[in-house]
Amino acid sequence: MDALLEMKGITKRFGGLTAVDQVDLIVKKGEILGLIGPNGAGKTTFFNILTGIYRPDQGNIQFNGTDITGFKPYQIANQGIFRTFQNIRLLKDYSVLDNIKLGLFRQTKAGAWSSIFGLRRSREEEKKVAEESWALLERLGLTDLANEAAGNLSYGNQRRVEIARALVSHPEMILLDEPAAGMNSEEVESLSALVRQIRQQGTTVILIEHNVGMVVELCDRLVVLDHGVKIADGDPNQVVANPAVIEAYIGGQEVTEVVGD
Amino acid sequence: MLAQQLLNGIALGFTYILIAVGLTMIYGVLKLLHFAHGVIYTVGAFSAMIGILYLNMNFIVAILFGMIIAGIAGVLVERLAYRPLRGTHPITTLISGVGIAIFVESLFQAIFTSDPRGFPATGMKVEPIHITSSISLTNSKLYIIIVGLVCLLLLYAFLKWTKMGVAIQAVSQDMRAASLMGVNVNQVVAVTFFIGSALAALAGAFVAYDFNSLFPTMGSIPGLKAFCVVVLGGLGSIPGTIIGGLILGIVESLSEGYLTGMVIDKDAIAFVILILILLLKPSGLFGKQVEKV
Ligand SMILES: Nc1ncnc2c1ncn2[C@@H]1O[C@H](COP(=O)(O)OP(=O)(O)OP(=O)(O)O)[C@@H](O)[C@H]1O
Ligand SMILES: [Mg+2]
Repeated sequence: MDALLEMKGITKRFGGLTAVDQVDLIVKKGEILGLIGPNGAGKTTFFNILTGIYRPDQGNIQFNGTDITGFKPYQIANQGIFRTFQNIRLLKDYSVLDNIKLGLFRQTKAGAWSSIFGLRRSREEEKKVAEESWALLERLGLTDLANEAAGNLSYGNQRRVEIARALVSHPEMILLDEPAAGMNSEEVESLSALVRQIRQQGTTVILIEHNVGMVVELCDRLVVLDHGVKIADGDPNQVVANPAVIEAYIGGQEVTEVVGD
Repeated sequence: MLAQQLLNGIALGFTYILIAVGLTMIYGVLKLLHFAHGVIYTVGAFSAMIGILYLNMNFIVAILFGMIIAGIAGVLVERLAYRPLRGTHPITTLISGVGIAIFVESLFQAIFTSDPRGFPATGMKVEPIHITSSISLTNSKLYIIIVGLVCLLLLYAFLKWTKMGVAIQAVSQDMRAASLMGVNVNQVVAVTFFIGSALAALAGAFVAYDFNSLFPTMGSIPGLKAFCVVVLGGLGSIPGTIIGGLILGIVESLSEGYLTGMVIDKDAIAFVILILILLLKPSGLFGKQVEKV
C-alpha cells in the first residue's frame, strides 16, 4: 500500500510548552490508525495541525503527493481531509439534514445566478446533495431526526451526525477525535462497525481514542504520543504491552491523583 | 395624518434597514461591531455624486457606481483594519473601526470641506405623489421603499439558494466548523462586507438625493442609529433587523408628527430605545442569548 500521508518533524509550541515535538508519521492508504496517549499528550493539537487550524512551527506534511504544510483549513478540506471534534461542533440551529448537506459543500459548484433563477444544473446539483445526504442518514439510521435541530439531539446522536457530516463527501481521510467519548458499550460496537464501513468505502481513518479496548480491536496500527513525543508506533497488541507506553499512562495517572488530592 | 406618518415612517425605516442589514450580517460572520459602517454610507453618497458630476453617469448608473466603490471600501476596511486584529479582544477591533471612521471623515473634510453641498441634478425631480387627497409621498421616498424591498428579496434569495449564501450562514453559525467543511472564510467575510457596504451606500445615495444634501459627517448619526436597530432586532438576526428598522422609522416619524416641541429630539429616540432594550431584553427582539466569551 502507498503512503497517503507523510508528516516529518512536526513541532508545535505554545509559549514555553511544546505540545507536539518532532513527530514523524506515515499513514498508508486504507489504514485505520489509532492515536492514543494520556490527557494533554498533544493528540488534538496534532489534528489541529493536520487540518490547518495551527501552522506547525517546524516540519512538513505531504498528502497524496502534495505538500500541504501551511494550507488553510478550507484548502485542507478541499484535499479531502475531514474531521470531527472532541467538543462536537455541529451548527446547532441547523437541521440534521442541513448539517450533513454542508459536508458536501466542497463538491457543489452552482454559481449565484444559476441558483437564483433555478437553472437546471443547480437544481440537479441540489437534488444530488439532498439524495446523498439522505442516503447517508438512512445508512446511519438517523432519518427520523433529519429535520430536528442538531443542537436538540442527544450527545451520542450528535456525534453520529458529526461523523456523517465528515463522511458524506467520501473524503480521502477522516480524523475522529474521541468519537466514543460518552458512549455505552453497545454504541461503541456500532461505532466500530461504522469505522470499518468507512474504510470499506476507501477512506483512510485516524482515530484518537481513550478506549484502549476499542482501538486495539479496531485499529491496524497504534501510535502513542506522550508530552508531544511519539513514543511508540506499531501493532496494537505489541504497543499496549510496551513498557514505555504503560509507564506513560501510569505516570499520567499518578499526576492526576496528586492533583485530585 | 396617522396614515401619512406611517408611510413616512416606513420609508425612513427602509433606509435604516439598508444600513443595518450590513451591520447585522457582519456581526454574524465576525462577531464584530463595525463602527466604520457609517462612513461607508458617506462614501456611497459621495461616490454617486462624483459619478454624476464628473463621470457623466445617469442617476441609476451613479448609484450602482456608489455601491461598488463603497463595497470595495468596506472590503478594504476589513482587510486593513479588522483582519490583522482578528483573534484579539473585541474592544481592539471596535477602536480600530472608530479610528477608520474618524480618518475617513477627516479625509473627506479635507477634500470636500465640511460644508453641506447639494446633490447634483439627476434629471429626476423630487416631487410628491398624491396617493389620496390627504396622503402623499415624495417619489424619492417611494423609490427607497421599492428598492429596499427588491434588495431584501434578492438578499434572501442569495442567502438561501447560492453556495456563497449558504457559506455566509454557515460561517455565522460556526466559523471553524465551516472552514473545515471547505468554506473559505476570508472570502465569505469579504463578500459579506461588500454586500453590506453596497446596501449602506444605496441608502446613503438615496438619502442625499432625497434631502438634496451631502456632507462628510452625514453617516455618523445614521451609522449609530443602524447600530441601535441591530441591537433592537437582535445582533446577527436579519428578520430582527428588518422589524427593528421599521419600528425605529415609524416611531421617529410619529414623534415628528405628534411630539413636535417636546423635550426629546427626534434623533435621540433611537438611543432611548437602545437603552431600554439593553435594560429589558439585551438579546434584542429576535436575538439568541448572547454568549459571553
Ligand atoms: N491553543 C492552545 N494554547 C495554549 N496551549 C494549548 C493550546 N492547545 C493545546 N494546548 C496545550 O497543549 C497540550 C496538548 O493539548 P491537546 O489538547 O493536544 O492534548 P490531547 O492529547 O488532545 O489531550 P486530551 O486527551 O485531554 O484531549 C496541553 O498541555 C494543552 O494545554
Ligand atoms: Mg484532545
